[in-house]
Amino acid sequence: MSFEPRILGFLCNWCSYAGADLAGVSRIQYPPNMRVIRVMCSGRVDPKFIFHAFELGIDGVFVMGCHPGDCHYLEGNYEAITKFDMTQKFLKAINFDKRVRLDWVSASEGTRFGEVVTEFIKHIKELGPSPLNGGNPDEDILDKLKAIKLAAGSNRMRALVGREKTLLESENVYGEQIIEQRFNILMDKAIKDEFERHQVLVALEKDSNSVKDLAVELNIDPSIVLEHVITLKTRGLVDFQEIKGNTPIFMRLWVK
Amino acid sequence: MSEEEKKDIEDVRVGVFVCHCGSNIGGLIDCKALAEEAKSLPNVAYAEDNLYTCSENGLASIKAAIGEHDLNRVVVASCTPRTHEPLFRDCISEAGLNKYLFNFVNIRDQCTWVHQKQPEEAYKKAQDLIRMGTAKAVKLEALDIIMVNVNPSALIIGGGVAGMSAALNLSRQGFQTYLIEKEDKLGGRLNSLHKLFPHQLDASDLLDKIKNNVQKAQNLQVLTSSIVKNIDGFVGNFEVEVEQNGKNIELSVGAIIVAVGSSLFVPTDLYGYDGKKRITQFELEHKFINNDVKANNYVMIQCVGSRIAERPYCSSVCCMTALKNALIIKEKNPEANITILFRDLYTPGTEYEKYYRDAREQGVLFIKYSLDKVPIVEENNVKVFNEYMGEELILPYDLLVLSTPLVANNDNKELAQMLKVPLEANKFFLEAHVKLRPNDFATDGIYIGGSAKWPVDITEAITQGYAAAARASRVLSHESLEVDGATSYLPEHNKSLCTGCEICIKVCPFNAIIKNEEDEIEIIEALCKGCGVCAATCTNQAIVIRHFTDEQIFSEIEAFGGQ
Repeated sequence: MSFEPRILGFLCNWCSYAGADLAGVSRIQYPPNMRVIRVMCSGRVDPKFIFHAFELGIDGVFVMGCHPGDCHYLEGNYEAITKFDMTQKFLKAINFDKRVRLDWVSASEGTRFGEVVTEFIKHIKELGPSPLNGGNPDEDILDKLKAIKLAAGSNRMRALVGREKTLLESENVYGEQIIEQRFNILMDKAIKDEFERHQVLVALEKDSNSVKDLAVELNIDPSIVLEHVITLKTRGLVDFQEIKGNTPIFMRLWVK
Repeated sequence: MSEEEKKDIEDVRVGVFVCHCGSNIGGLIDCKALAEEAKSLPNVAYAEDNLYTCSENGLASIKAAIGEHDLNRVVVASCTPRTHEPLFRDCISEAGLNKYLFNFVNIRDQCTWVHQKQPEEAYKKAQDLIRMGTAKAVKLEALDIIMVNVNPSALIIGGGVAGMSAALNLSRQGFQTYLIEKEDKLGGRLNSLHKLFPHQLDASDLLDKIKNNVQKAQNLQVLTSSIVKNIDGFVGNFEVEVEQNGKNIELSVGAIIVAVGSSLFVPTDLYGYDGKKRITQFELEHKFINNDVKANNYVMIQCVGSRIAERPYCSSVCCMTALKNALIIKEKNPEANITILFRDLYTPGTEYEKYYRDAREQGVLFIKYSLDKVPIVEENNVKVFNEYMGEELILPYDLLVLSTPLVANNDNKELAQMLKVPLEANKFFLEAHVKLRPNDFATDGIYIGGSAKWPVDITEAITQGYAAAARASRVLSHESLEVDGATSYLPEHNKSLCTGCEICIKVCPFNAIIKNEEDEIEIIEALCKGCGVCAATCTNQAIVIRHFTDEQIFSEIEAFGGQ
């Protein structure tokens, strides 16, 4: 049997959901692989929803909103862009970045709705099933995805994404305006940092470990692992457990 | 999950109603089987299928089931929430349930209608969607019905013909009405027009009549030389700061109508425009008023600066204006030679089409040109390639008249930001829906009429002024109004999570989030439109958007992905 992907769609109520309804009224036919969750605005789509869907083995996630400039809530779709960009950058680490898409469909574009959905389903079919799909998910990828979900949910990442538009459009408190290129460098660095840091955290969740062995397990430079362990310790998420031989062992700390 | 929460979930009793919609759904997939299967979903206490759930019988059946089976959540799997959610919400609320304890599952518009050749796949999709929708329904919470008081007064921004029509209409209905105009006199564009098509009425006569009515009107206060400085508040309760000759006036109103009109386009660098021998239609009208038209040979060029890449829209009034002015010239001087160079002529309806025929009968010439070969204007001649004859013509002129478009006002953006309403690509104001809500903004309590939205003629401006007033009176005629309860809020138990980063304040497009006197984040629910961007952005995930909570959306994802 050919691979029939399971796709989740987040549609904004005012444009894309209305466009999907119009596709129905116009009897436009498209493949039945997508299940829709209606949200009021594409800017409501929290990145954690997308990561969660992938954890459950869903093959592709499609976020749709109003065309830029047409948002029912004026600028919600621009907020969707910043969140989606970050989501996609994180997903690159597990080669899932092509399993997500953000596109715009207006209430009058029933035909276009059918076209973009058909194209996305075709695209996911070509990519093949998610390695997390089915009864035997790839553990390594699943761990990385867990780390991604935690990293993207960290205060630092959410603050950076939340401030993106303001930072790029106006001055910060020091009267400096940040150009997009510089912001992207900042963003990429934060993503790399937080991803690695939360990989350390996820690994320690499974088993307490030393910096040296964590570095081997995660294929990250030991000095960087050490930095992350120290940061996680100051955040109250990790603590020193014991000394084995000459090596300190760290453990995950659970705060009630 | 705490014991209390577990108990809450155990007490949830969902009723699922699967609609056949005649043969629209039932003709493709087995609705009876869908309802039967739904019975085995968690917390589902009752399920049935109906030929038409929205019919009298269907609604009665829902109400009966709520009573008989002690249901406290209702799911209808049918057409689309965009048309039928209000009906079912009313239905369950009549049966005593909070109307937000209803969830809609779309198995027609987004399922059977679009997978007509794949009944099996459509059935599986409907199964998934019902499972997802029911999972969300389990997590739904009863929400407060929020009522806001309505101040029965209105502000109309713009004292042109649309604004005056709206103001007269509302004041005559008994609402206190404020009409503000930035110029020192009322009338707007009507002040500079000579005659009006299609009956050659004097523009000044019409203006005098309307102004006279405005002067006599009760409950109507006119503020000229006034501009809006600031707008706060929400439907029923706007606070507006107006500046008149340097002094500030505070107005409290329940509704606002935007009737700011449009501006004239100056065709600098186009077709040798000089304002003397080569002028615009509006300048020609000015000459008519001053009795200053002496030429014998006229050439008019249509679509000057409009319907081009930079300004792609049709200004809609210029064809009729050119016809009108041509007829006026012909009336005064039947010997005058008038040639109108056009790309397409727009004379809709019986009256306007007759006007065009009249112009032809009077001897006005019409020559079609195309964008690839635009007319070339020389000192005393216009060279034009006649599309129909396939040859170049040389037309001598004494007066060249350019039909230029109406353009959006420069200060539209400023006003739009104060009102929190959108502009379209050409910087005109954008209505909520081109067909369903043509004189509303998406923001409640704010309405639009006249050329602020799109260039319109006087008749249409009056019609739209009345339309906007009628829409506003729907709000003003109520003492209080219900606003959507699906708003954001900061739950008491999440207050400690808030770090005070204020990013929510920045992302809220409606200024609904503020830092209050206690230095705490506060969400003004009457201002919140429920987009949920703040909840998705909140750095510490403290803000909750009602009816689309994280928990509810996760339950939908899990009901699909977990299978």
